[in-house]
Amino acid sequence: MNALANIKTITKRELAAYFTSPLAYVFIVIFLLLCGFFTFMVGGFFERGEASLVRPFFDWHPWFYLFLVPAVGMRLWAEERRVGTIELLLTMPITTWQAIVGKFLASWLFLGLALVLTFPVVITVNYLGSPDNGVIFTGYVGSWLMAGAYLAISCITSAMTRNQVVSFIISVVICLFFILAGFPPIIRLLEGWASNGLVDTIASFSVITHFDGFQKGVLDSRDVLFFLSLIGFSLFSTSVILRGHRAG
Amino acid sequence: MVKFFGTKRAVDGLSFSVERGEVLGFLGPNGAGKSTTMRMITGFIPPSAGSISVGGFDVVDQAIEARRLIGYLPENAPAYTDMTVEGFLNFAAEIRGLRGDSKRSAVNRVVDMCFLQAVRHQSVETLSKGYRHRTCFAQSIIHDPDVLVLDEPTDGLDPNQKHEVRGLIRRMGEKKAIIFSTHILEEVDAVCSRAIIIDRGRIVANGTPQQLRQKSDWAGAVTLRVSGINGSALNQKLSQLPVVKGTTVLSEDATSVTVRVFPKSNVNGALAANIADAAQGWRIEELHTEEGRLDEVFRNITMPDTAGTSQEKK
Repeated sequence: MNALANIKTITKRELAAYFTSPLAYVFIVIFLLLCGFFTFMVGGFFERGEASLVRPFFDWHPWFYLFLVPAVGMRLWAEERRVGTIELLLTMPITTWQAIVGKFLASWLFLGLALVLTFPVVITVNYLGSPDNGVIFTGYVGSWLMAGAYLAISCITSAMTRNQVVSFIISVVICLFFILAGFPPIIRLLEGWASNGLVDTIASFSVITHFDGFQKGVLDSRDVLFFLSLIGFSLFSTSVILRGHRAG
Repeated sequence: MVKFFGTKRAVDGLSFSVERGEVLGFLGPNGAGKSTTMRMITGFIPPSAGSISVGGFDVVDQAIEARRLIGYLPENAPAYTDMTVEGFLNFAAEIRGLRGDSKRSAVNRVVDMCFLQAVRHQSVETLSKGYRHRTCFAQSIIHDPDVLVLDEPTDGLDPNQKHEVRGLIRRMGEKKAIIFSTHILEEVDAVCSRAIIIDRGRIVANGTPQQLRQKSDWAGAVTLRVSGINGSALNQKLSQLPVVKGTTVLSEDATSVTVRVFPKSNVNGALAANIADAAQGWRIEELHTEEGRLDEVFRNITMPDTAGTSQEKK
């Protein structure tokens, strides 16, 4: 109960911090512009002539997130360490876990908000045809979970450094690995020399592999578990790193 | 308590206690381990060895309970720059478990105490250093803690603000246990009931400001300005007094001589009277007994290698 209240207080503060800086507005505008542009121009939404958001819309999300999510997550701990407020935060009567979860939730909710604001796409496709809205819903759930996984990775890199740019670059590289491991051209390349088992193992680490099910309208517990465990593991690593700094 | 950073012993076997109603001044040169010690007390970094308890709670094993009792002003007074002063204080109050009316009244109380009315709705980012400092100070007392740990609370304040903050610390010290670090020795006199000097992670002096001053070579010495006699003649006369251990001529000009007279041990205060009685053929313009000076004690204790050259030899 007390823990929830503490997490809520931290989350509230972090969310407020997003909206008092231009970051939130810049992020949302860019995200929406990218979504619109890629869905309707590059993704060939109209040319396909089918009432579906899978290929033209959700297919791009792993790539948008590759740059946008580390940009949201990079300040989480790096900024606290640079300004020194981490010393205030971690000497408050809260546990390190509550601080980590509170901060993560704030950013995740923010990403969720950006995702919800893409609703005109859903309205458009419903106006033009009769899509399977269940598939669209699972697509959104998967997309949000995937954003959370990227974000948790950004938490680690943000806790590693007080420099936001370094944090951004490292988390982009790590997230890129999680995409490429299941990116079809890379898979085909690997299949040339690696055994099927190895390729499958590598691919099973990819966010793309696990996002695919959601895009098809399948809520597979293994996919959900993959994203949640990636989030859990990353947040745990963040706490280890934070403790390591303080132990000196 | 002991703290290693790598192989460096930042804090080396420090041990002390502070009672309610005490204001403990924490002195020491840069890098002596003051901030490290404070960070360990507040639970920001764990000690490598030893234990710390606050109000009976171990700061490592019962961290949350201990932290509830502590208000902490870190060095450089960090604050969330993207918030307003009021927003920041509201956050500090909420995380301390204050809600509703008690939160509002706590925020109002510290805004008044720290003179923040004028900037209440301003963003922390736009504040001058003094206001930012007091904003962070305000967050440390928002829950009216029993224990206050203040790392250089008057750093970067103008003389008026320093005066206000010192008054605040002294008043709060009547009911709380306060530890504060400072480089400003006059602050120790103005505020502290006790002072600890640490150097290279060890306690090198511990006592009331009065006791510390008495460690000074000057403590009990008499400074004397006379006219109608020259320096060497005066020296000779004074040396004949049984209570005098030695003299130093501080300055000499055409009309007067200033000397410092050091007493033999266990003369206790009789020196000035003895000198006054011996005044024949010369006139005393000024005569006072030195109490000893903290800055001199501080230098002697923390710079043992160079102290000999920076002080007068008897």
